[in-house]
Amino acid sequence: MAQAPSTGGAISPTDLYAIDSLLADEHRDVRDTVRRFADERIRPHVAGWFEAGDLPARELARELGGLGVLGMHLEGYGCAGTDATSYGLACLELEAADSGIRSLVSVQGSLAMYAIHAYGSDEQRERWLPGMARGEHIGCFGLTEPDAGSDPGSMRTTAVRAGGDWVLRGTKTWITNGTVADVAVVWAKVEGRVHGFLVPTDSPGFTARPIPHKLSLRASVTAELALDDVRLPGDALLPGGAGLSAPLGCLAEARYGIVFGAVGAARECLEAALAYAAAREQFGRPIAGFQLTQRKLAEMAVAVGNGHLLALHLGRLKDAGRLTPQQVSVGKFHNVAAALQVAREARALLGGNGISLEYPVIRHMTNLESVFTYEGTHDIHTLVIGEALTGIPAYR
Amino acid sequence: MREVDSETMKIVVCVKQVPDSWAEKTLRPSDNTLDRESVDAVMNELDEYAVEEALRLQEAQGGEVVVLSMGPSQATDTIRKALSMGADAGVHVVDDGLHGSDAVATSLALAKAIEAQGADLVIFGSESTDARMSVVPAMVAERLGLPQLTFSSSVAVDGGTVRTNRVTEYGYDVVEAPLPALVSVVEKINEPRYPSFKGIMAAKKKPVQTLGLADLGVAAGEVGLGAAWSVVAEAAARPPKAKGTIVADDGSGGVAIADYLSAQKFI
Repeated sequence: MAQAPSTGGAISPTDLYAIDSLLADEHRDVRDTVRRFADERIRPHVAGWFEAGDLPARELARELGGLGVLGMHLEGYGCAGTDATSYGLACLELEAADSGIRSLVSVQGSLAMYAIHAYGSDEQRERWLPGMARGEHIGCFGLTEPDAGSDPGSMRTTAVRAGGDWVLRGTKTWITNGTVADVAVVWAKVEGRVHGFLVPTDSPGFTARPIPHKLSLRASVTAELALDDVRLPGDALLPGGAGLSAPLGCLAEARYGIVFGAVGAARECLEAALAYAAAREQFGRPIAGFQLTQRKLAEMAVAVGNGHLLALHLGRLKDAGRLTPQQVSVGKFHNVAAALQVAREARALLGGNGISLEYPVIRHMTNLESVFTYEGTHDIHTLVIGEALTGIPAYR
Repeated sequence: MREVDSETMKIVVCVKQVPDSWAEKTLRPSDNTLDRESVDAVMNELDEYAVEEALRLQEAQGGEVVVLSMGPSQATDTIRKALSMGADAGVHVVDDGLHGSDAVATSLALAKAIEAQGADLVIFGSESTDARMSVVPAMVAERLGLPQLTFSSSVAVDGGTVRTNRVTEYGYDVVEAPLPALVSVVEKINEPRYPSFKGIMAAKKKPVQTLGLADLGVAAGEVGLGAAWSVVAEAAARPPKAKGTIVADDGSGGVAIADYLSAQKFI
């Protein structure tokens, strides 16, 4: 009997690490569902959204809510209640399509919903979380200010008592989902101490302006929020969290998703590079056969695989309730830098085609520049790890 | 004709796990049957439409949806996917003796399993993407003595009657039959839903019954490769794609294309 010719025995980068052997049925089901959603609903459109700098965020939020992605790892209030590993894998598949889509989900689920879930009153949770889980309401998270980035303790936004009410004044910037949000979780100082407030975006004095001129995360809504004496009822304050540790707790949640997400972006670049190297012929043969190309591919595949293992390890720690913020910093530090390096290598490997939106590579490469910076810059995570190792905080 | 209470209508959806359509498939050298272990497996795409149609009927009028699959142990993935989409329970027909079963033997095992369930409505996808014969639904209907409403582009149940649009070369026929009945659905009858995360979580707790040949009352000699009415004697790899025909357009390009398509019976 004649045997079918083999394709040369090529295996996928994921199979190189036997990643599936680390996943439970539920994890694979979540991953496959999100991957298919991304294939059908995001990938056909995302280059166009990126080029136009315009994301149909409300429509996407409803679709993602229908799947159960939004706040998927939170318990109750209409949330799916999956484990943290499933949440990470969903982030990975979304970010493989585009970091902007994963950003929408991170901000909704890990920043806005998590803040309400962790620090809100029962009334606040009931009011906002079910609609946010369905994607009918969108949330944003206002911590960063024009003059307070890595040092959020220097924020200038204030909340003062006015009878039973609160009055908020200040400016927040680089706010994902800002112009499409129904509710903003705004962090402000009350007599010098940071507190969270739920600000309905139709409150008088609240304005959100889109931030123009971005050359990264163009398939993502980014805004500046102005709070011009916004008057809120007394129950707008999140009662469960005071001090900087509250918003930083939310950021650790979002950062956890990025540890996985960056692996997705890198995997997409690697897959594009592999396909391109197999198809592109120069000097009479596919460039995949050249040693310099194979070195690039090998380095990329190992970077993606190691990042994947690290992410899954952190996922297991989180599911066991043992994940520390320092470990999340290790994950972001390693995986985002590695993803950026993979994206740049892939960009080079694709030659001139590497700069075209016809391929996902340049889009991921420029997106990852933002991911490198937000949710704690690479430098800040370096110092967190440095402090963990030495006991000496270098940023104070 | 039996009166069916739609509140308690039981729909059995038959689904098959097939190799991913994009995967390169190979035959096992030992017996020339499809090597199902070396490729990623997915739910047969047309069966997703069948599951979706069953869930829509259930959402419209109540009742129960049971998903039935015959296949090796990994077919549990496909059953779990249907449960994640919303089906209530699963039945997995699995037995080493079923390996290599042809359509006739497959229809026997499925018919026995459906009979044991006592279905009011049986729904199939109209073909599988691996075997592509489209005969199993009809064979099962014959074995069970059920009316068969195949190639349906719409399905409606009203009391004890099912009515479908059966796709034909010229359009469609409207056909109707009393329940219990068997329906096969064509692509695009609906848009299958994604399994929601709540569905994925819930699927873990739904009951899946496992049945072997003995449970079904099927003798080993009736199914499997040994009972197949045909065997694959030999297989050869598909020859590499021939170069296409290039026609220089000197004004007659359109005619040349039309002639080609006509010769291939596309137009």
